[in-house]
Amino acid sequence: MCYRCLFNVSVPIIDVHNLTKSYGAVQAIRGVSFSVEEGEVFGLLGPNGAGKTSTVEILEGLRPPDGGTVSVCGLDPQSSGNTFKQEIGAVLQSTALPDKIRVGEALAMFASFYTRRRETNGLLDRFGLTDKRNAFYSQLSGGQKQRLALAMSLVNEPRVLFLDEPTAGLDPQVRREIYDIIEELKREKKTILLTTHYIEEAERLCDRVAIVDQGQVIAYGTPRDLKQRAAGTSRIELRLLRPESEDTLRALEGVADCRTTDGLYLMHSTRVPQTIVSLVKYLETQGNELSSLEITAPSLEDVFLELTGRRLRD
Amino acid sequence: MRHAWTLTKVRMRLAMRNRAFIFFSLVLPLLFLFLFLGLFVRGNVAGVPYMLASVLALTIMGSFWGLSMQLVTFREQGILRRFRVTPVGAGAMLASSIASNYLLTLPTVFIEFFVARRLFHMRDWGNLWGVFVLVTLGIITFASIGLIIASVTNTAQETQVINQLLWLAFLFFSGATIPLPVLPVWIQQFALFMPATYLVVGLERVLIGHVGAFAIRAELLSLAVCACIAFLVSQQLFRWEPESKVPRSAKLWAASAIIPFLLLGVWETTYGHVRSTATTDFMDTVEQVVPRTGGRLRAVPQNGAPEDTAPQDPGVESNPK
Repeated sequence: MCYRCLFNVSVPIIDVHNLTKSYGAVQAIRGVSFSVEEGEVFGLLGPNGAGKTSTVEILEGLRPPDGGTVSVCGLDPQSSGNTFKQEIGAVLQSTALPDKIRVGEALAMFASFYTRRRETNGLLDRFGLTDKRNAFYSQLSGGQKQRLALAMSLVNEPRVLFLDEPTAGLDPQVRREIYDIIEELKREKKTILLTTHYIEEAERLCDRVAIVDQGQVIAYGTPRDLKQRAAGTSRIELRLLRPESEDTLRALEGVADCRTTDGLYLMHSTRVPQTIVSLVKYLETQGNELSSLEITAPSLEDVFLELTGRRLRD
Repeated sequence: MRHAWTLTKVRMRLAMRNRAFIFFSLVLPLLFLFLFLGLFVRGNVAGVPYMLASVLALTIMGSFWGLSMQLVTFREQGILRRFRVTPVGAGAMLASSIASNYLLTLPTVFIEFFVARRLFHMRDWGNLWGVFVLVTLGIITFASIGLIIASVTNTAQETQVINQLLWLAFLFFSGATIPLPVLPVWIQQFALFMPATYLVVGLERVLIGHVGAFAIRAELLSLAVCACIAFLVSQQLFRWEPESKVPRSAKLWAASAIIPFLLLGVWETTYGHVRSTATTDFMDTVEQVVPRTGGRLRAVPQNGAPEDTAPQDPGVESNPK
C-alpha cells in the first residue's frame, strides 16, 4: 500500500516532477517540480520567458515534455487522450475564435464536445454575456472575449482549470472583473492553476505560489510564507522634487537596493527609521525635497527581487 | 463523428456569413457560367453541355482554395489550438472541412445546372447519376488537396502562392478553360498527371456522352484514391499550433498524394483513353456548333499533327476573311 493511502494523505490533483523542456538550444524548463491539491488555486508567478506557459501547455497536453513526469487528475496528459481532455478546462494565452461566430453558438459548440456539460444559458448569465448571446466574436471587447474564454473553459465542469495569463493585456477595471470571477471560482473550491506576471494577481487569488525564473522554481509556498522571506526588508517608494542618482540613495543607511522608474524611486531597506532620517538629512544638504513617500510591507515583487536581483518586469 | 458534424454545421454558418466566400463560391462560378455559355456558346444549345462541364469543373476545383486558406488562417490566429484542448481530434476537424465544403458547393452546382437547363436550354441533364458521383468525388478530392496544402504551408501568404500555381495549372492545362484536344501534345501528356484533367474529362463524358459511373471508373478511381491518400496524409501532417513549422519529411508525405496520378498518368500515356475520349467529346460538340457559329477550331490528335475540325464542305465554311 502506498504511503499516501496508509497515512490518509491526499493525492495531489496535479503532480509535476523534475520537468524539463527545450526549444532547440534554449532550455525553457529546467527541472520544475510542484504539486497542486484539489480545490486549491495555485499560481506560477514569473517574468515573461520564465517557462510558465511552457509548463502549463505541457500540463494541458499541448506539448510533450522532454523529461520528468507529469500527472493531472491521475492521468498522463500526453497519453490519456480524450479521457484527460474531458477533465480539464483551459483559458489559453494566445488564442481566438472565428470573427463571425456568435457568442451563444461558440458556447454551445464547445459544450457539445463533452460528455459532462453545463447549461450554457446559465454560463452566459453568470459571465454577464446574456445580452451578447447573438453578438459576433469580433464585436466583443477585450474583457468580454476573456469572459467568454472563461465561460468556455467551464462548459464541461472541469476538475482542473488552467488559466494562462488570464488578465494579460486587459485594462485595470476589466482585470478586476476577471479577479472577481476567479475569486468566485475559488469559493466554489475549483482547482485552478494560474500563471501570471502580475504580483497583485498572485497575492490576491492564489492559495500557493511557485515563483519561476529562467525555467526553474526559485521559491514555493503561500504568498504569506514567501513574503516572510523578505520580511527583513521594507519597501519605500518616494518621489523627489529634483532627481538624485540611484547610487547616492543606495549609499544611505539601511538601504539594500534602490531603483528608479519614471521618477519613482523604489528602495528596499533593512532599517526603515534610519533610512528615512538619513534620506531627509541628505535631501536638506542638497536643497532637495520629498514630493511623496510611502512605506509598505514587502510583496512578492520584493521576494523576486531578493532572490534574483531583478524586478519581475525587467 | 458527432464532433465532425457539429463542426461542419458551425463552419457552414461561418462561411455563409463571409462575403468573400459568397463571392468566390457562388457569384464567381455563376459569372463563369454566364461568360462561358453567353460568350462562347452564343445561343447554340449543342455547346452548352461542353461549357457546363468546364464551369462545373472550375466550381469543384475551387474547393481546395478556400479550404486551405481557412485552415491556415485558423491556425495562424490560434483558433485551432483552442480546439486542441477539447476532445476534438484532427480527423474530426479535417472531415468537417471536407463535409462543409461539399455541402456548400452542392447548391452552386445545382444552380449552374438549373441555369444551363432553363436559361441556356441545355437539351438534357446528361447522366445525372454519373454527374452526382463525379461532383461528389471531385469536391472531396480537391478539398483533400486543400488539406494537404494547409499541412505543408506555414502562413497564409505561402498558401496563396501554392494555390495560385496549382490553380493556374488546373485552369489552363486540364481542359477546363482551353479544350484539351487543342492544346499542344506535350501539355496533353502533362495533363494526364493532374487530377483536374480526370474531373474535366469525366464531366464531359457524363454530360455529353451520357455515360454512367461505370464508364468513367478510371477517372472516379483516380479521384477516390487521391482523396483517400490526401486525407490520410493531411491527418498525419495536421498542425494545431501556429508556431509548429512543417518538417521537411512532411513535404515528402504530402508528395505521396500525387502517386496515384503519377501511376495513372503513366498508364494513361501508354494504354489510356482519356485523350481520345476528350477529343471525341470535343469533336462531337464542335461538329454541332461550328457550322452555326462559324468558328474554325483545330484539335491536336494524339500523334501530334493538327487536324482541322471544321467541316470541309466549302458551302458550310463560314469564316470569311
